Amino acid sequence: MEAAAPLLEVEGLEVEFRTRQGVARVLDGIELSLEPGRTLGIVGESGCGKSITALSIMRLVPVPPGRIGAGAVRLKGEDLLQASEKRMREVRGKDISMIFQEPMTSLNPVYSIGDQIAETVRLHEGLSRRDSLDRAIEMLKAVHIPAAERRVREFPHQMSGGMRQRVMIAMALACQPSVLIADEPTTALDVTVQAQVFDLLKELQEKTGTAIILISHDMGAIAEMADRVMVMYAGRIVEEAATDEILESPRHPYTRGLIACVPHMEEEPPPERGALTEIPGVVPALTDLGSGCSFAPRCDHATDLCRSRAPQPFAVDADHRAACWLYGEAGTA
Amino acid sequence: MLLLAVVVFNFILLSLVPGDIADTLAGESGGASQEVMDDIRRTYGLDRPFHIQLATYVGKVVQGDLGTSYYFNMPVTELILGRVAPTLLLVVTALVLAILIGTLFGVIASRRPNGLFSHFVTVLALVGFAAPVFWTAFLLIVLFVAMLEIMPLSGLVDPTTPRGTFSWYLDVLHHLFLPVLSLSSIYLASYSRLARASMMDVLGSDYIRTARAKGLGETSVTYKHALRNAVIPVITIAGLQFSHIFSGAVVVETVFTWPGLGTLAFESILRGDTPTIMGILFFSAMIVIVVNLLTDLTYRLVDPRIRSARNA
Repeated sequence: MEAAAPLLEVEGLEVEFRTRQGVARVLDGIELSLEPGRTLGIVGESGCGKSITALSIMRLVPVPPGRIGAGAVRLKGEDLLQASEKRMREVRGKDISMIFQEPMTSLNPVYSIGDQIAETVRLHEGLSRRDSLDRAIEMLKAVHIPAAERRVREFPHQMSGGMRQRVMIAMALACQPSVLIADEPTTALDVTVQAQVFDLLKELQEKTGTAIILISHDMGAIAEMADRVMVMYAGRIVEEAATDEILESPRHPYTRGLIACVPHMEEEPPPERGALTEIPGVVPALTDLGSGCSFAPRCDHATDLCRSRAPQPFAVDADHRAACWLYGEAGTA
Repeated sequence: MLLLAVVVFNFILLSLVPGDIADTLAGESGGASQEVMDDIRRTYGLDRPFHIQLATYVGKVVQGDLGTSYYFNMPVTELILGRVAPTLLLVVTALVLAILIGTLFGVIASRRPNGLFSHFVTVLALVGFAAPVFWTAFLLIVLFVAMLEIMPLSGLVDPTTPRGTFSWYLDVLHHLFLPVLSLSSIYLASYSRLARASMMDVLGSDYIRTARAKGLGETSVTYKHALRNAVIPVITIAGLQFSHIFSGAVVVETVFTWPGLGTLAFESILRGDTPTIMGILFFSAMIVIVVNLLTDLTYRLVDPRIRSARNA
């Protein structure tokens, strides 16, 4: 499994947004690689660049104001950043699919869900209207929607949030993509429904071998789903390792903070009841990142070096990297 | 019930207007004695107490009788039915053109919100809103009739053209051009602006991102996924504005002497032909109600959320 060739590789991805306050570098030096059938988790606070990473892979970043400045996104060796727009339309929905955070608004209210699923199939596989509707029913069954034959004619407003997210998953997987990007797929749902959606994603992944990029700010969700975890902060990757490794021995102060923030029910309640851990401070504005580590203003371990130079990702272990001066020396970067 | 209220309200309003049919007739014939005036008033029932007059009128309206025109001395219902076709032709053509072209302009403008065409639409909307209909109409007359000499000045059709032939229809269209252009200009402006705003709103929504993520091209995204959602507010406004465009028709018809209800209304007001005025007002109220119904039906066709609100 470890030796499998990477399906999707991102190298040195840089994305900038032109804003009134100046140019914001929303992604800087993003690297990732994804093998078939595996799940990569991306965690971080709001605005750290998780969603933009996903949209960049799909090349759906709005241009302007956005601009992909540098880097490569290779799908089975083909650089998507160099591909034509026509080629990208073939890739979207067929090779790489995406589901979004807001199931309530991510489906078009004026078309039936069957039409919306069938549309993707017709577009990419050239099936007839009837065959594509049959596929839609099949997909609805695969995502465990009861009475699929009837439901296929219903409209989004007739379904609950959890149901709609199932429809989104059915739509995304209808053409058997090799990569599924799930951008906060359960954030808008109840906790019980969240668990159902995750179970469904795992089940479908086992059946189809689709690789998943799961974007979330919820460490618990990531811990349950992902094989590897990438932690992002202010547009950079601050730490990356296997999920177990990161949960057991997080190295970057930010990752440690994130994990400490997850409340644990089974543990002894802390002496001062009701107190939840938090990371002090807020994410800095991306338009005025200094030359130092962007986490330095919120970090307990920050030194003068941290404030003057941004750290490169240092190898902590064979398979564990952290972008923090605690694990490398100025001379090695 | 609503219609009844309209009838009563119109009746009260018009009875507040000083002068009556006797004054008008006397004025036209250059003077009359008090006896003749009283006689005329008696003939038309104007000597009876106000509430009796009102009750009589309402009773007749309920039976479909809108009274008799003082001026034409013929039933108002007949008079209106004879004039309704040209007006509907004018109003419906203008409205449909304004909606279709306006929406198209709005959609094209929304694709490039900062492009040249988008600015053109904004300016067009501003000018269209600001320019009064009669002024637009006269400008068009100056341009097309006086300078280019390619359009007829007035009327529905050239009286020498044999009625019912193909060239007759063609001639009607030729005569229709300028009135429709003047009447639709104002609405074209507002629909293009509305459609542009609505499209831009819809294009930023989550399901448009979903459509792009499915691999759909921009044409499909714009015309299939966005337009059907963006057109909902346009339908709302179009339904509401239908009564507006009716009053706009009075001005345009008068300028182009278009033989429709608008001209009739205008002339009847000058003639003090109260039954005709009330008849036209009643008739337009009816049209507005019918149009509102049609708007609701169109809604159900476009938006499934409204369809199931009833069935659920």
